Amino acid sequence: MFQKWKDRVTVTDIVMWMIGGTMLLLCLWGSVSTIRAGLYTSSHWIDFCIFGLAQGSIYALIATGYTMVYGVLKMINFAHGEVFMSGPFTGYFVAMAFWRSDFLDTHPVLGIIVIFGVAMFVSTMIAYFLEKIAYRPLRSAPRLIPLITAIGASFFLQYLFRGLYGSGINAYPDIEILEGFWMIFGIRVLKIQVIVIIAAVLLMLVLYNFIMLTKVGKAIRAVSEDKEAAALMGINVDAMISTTFVIGGMAAGAAGVLYALMFKQVHFFMGFIPGIKAFTAAVLGGIGNIPGAMLGGVFLGLIESVAPALFLDGLGIIAPYQLKDAIAFSMLVMVLIFRPTGILGERLSAKKA
Amino acid sequence: MAMLELKNVHAHYGKIHALKNVSIKVNKGEIVTLIGGNGAGKSTTLKTISGTLKPSSGQVFLNGEDLAKYPAHEIVKKGIVQVPEGRRIFGQLTVMENLDLGAFTSKDKKKDAQTIEKIFELFPRLAERCRQVAGTLSGGEQQMLAMGRALMTNPKILLLDEPSMGLAPVLVDNVFKTIKILHAEGTTILLVEQNARMALKTASRGYVIQTGKVIFEDDAKKLLENEMVKKAYMGD
Repeated sequence: MFQKWKDRVTVTDIVMWMIGGTMLLLCLWGSVSTIRAGLYTSSHWIDFCIFGLAQGSIYALIATGYTMVYGVLKMINFAHGEVFMSGPFTGYFVAMAFWRSDFLDTHPVLGIIVIFGVAMFVSTMIAYFLEKIAYRPLRSAPRLIPLITAIGASFFLQYLFRGLYGSGINAYPDIEILEGFWMIFGIRVLKIQVIVIIAAVLLMLVLYNFIMLTKVGKAIRAVSEDKEAAALMGINVDAMISTTFVIGGMAAGAAGVLYALMFKQVHFFMGFIPGIKAFTAAVLGGIGNIPGAMLGGVFLGLIESVAPALFLDGLGIIAPYQLKDAIAFSMLVMVLIFRPTGILGERLSAKKA
Repeated sequence: MAMLELKNVHAHYGKIHALKNVSIKVNKGEIVTLIGGNGAGKSTTLKTISGTLKPSSGQVFLNGEDLAKYPAHEIVKKGIVQVPEGRRIFGQLTVMENLDLGAFTSKDKKKDAQTIEKIFELFPRLAERCRQVAGTLSGGEQQMLAMGRALMTNPKILLLDEPSMGLAPVLVDNVFKTIKILHAEGTTILLVEQNARMALKTASRGYVIQTGKVIFEDDAKKLLENEMVKKAYMGD
């Protein structure tokens, strides 16, 4: 029994488990001392959680694009963060025009809908042509090549927007009806955060049902599994791959506007960090798995918002919030080491077997 | 005029010359079988028909129309459907979803519902399992699903690639029974098989293919008695 165990476990395994165990212990110790020190009241924690959910649902929306593209093409579309940026950046000009003409004050709902429409359209078009121009000709190339192309396309789009609109940070206008807060069950919550959560959840429900229930959704899932068999059933594989990019682009465009409304700014580099975070979320949830990407996104958003205060404050770290990205990416490394298939990843590994 | 005709078809995988001057005819209402060993070019022949591999020269005609300009998914609409080797069902989708995708090209929901009824009559097992994820079906059930999925298109001609592969003898009998039923209902069938004896007993005509060339072409009964075919493909 012991001999068998010894054969299977390598030194690397033991070291990895020790690192993992140490990190877990540190987190526990940090949490206990933070709570005992009483630095934060329960309303602080609720604030952290709601902000985390809002941020996480944006990650989740972007992550669905990564995961669906991975599903059909088995590649990571590293330009997806720029698809996310391009929508709200274009929406910014519409928003400013509306704001200057007082349209946003007189017809705020209609104004917001138009901004969403423009942003989603631009993101969708960019995603569509990205696939057509940059990825389709490389469909049968070795897997490393589209990956490099994706990184190139990402830089191209970033510097295209920088060249066209400058490198400054552009502030989104304030929209009256999104300002202020609501009291929900006696808890003070920012309106915009609640709206972001509701909008993102609705969009994800629509997207999930589209993939699960419609004929096109089923065809996309079939293409993810077996392109040749799908073609033999009369499914136009290229059209389904384009559709996947279109859906991912729409989700990213909407996520971009939500992000811009919440953080009130756009700039040419704004897609990079959320893009990488959403990619992390997709891997956390099990890449290729749509509910996994959604779950991973919300989970990552929550951890990022709650963990710095909870884990690190009690350890005496002075500026814990600056370490939120470090926490997010440590999580990625830990998940990749201890559960490489991600949270909902069993089905993916079953598929590969 | 033959319903399906391959005329002097050559096909390549990169530099490998996989089909050399293959000519095959399938008339309406026939079961034609294509037999041969591993790597002889049986599956490649089917690929050139279904459009997943374009011939490097020669033509494929359906009712006199050259199929060269159509991509694989358009050829399905023309009425040729292939049950691929190894079944290739969509393992993560349910049985019902698999069948729905078989009807992907169809716009007529009423007709699809009738076709599904017919398929459930043919394969009652699929009806029992219609909510189950297809990957959890047994090999025999997966073969039924693969055939059912193909039949959802109401094909004019059905291409079967090794439907008996990897199945227990009882199930192999079932597969051939099903082929006979489909034929009796008027489906034209091109059957590719390694199980030459069963295939020739079911078919009316046969072609024997070896290293990419058709070496025999005759009535199935005569091929069954051909000494060379017996020796090479039936282990006598």
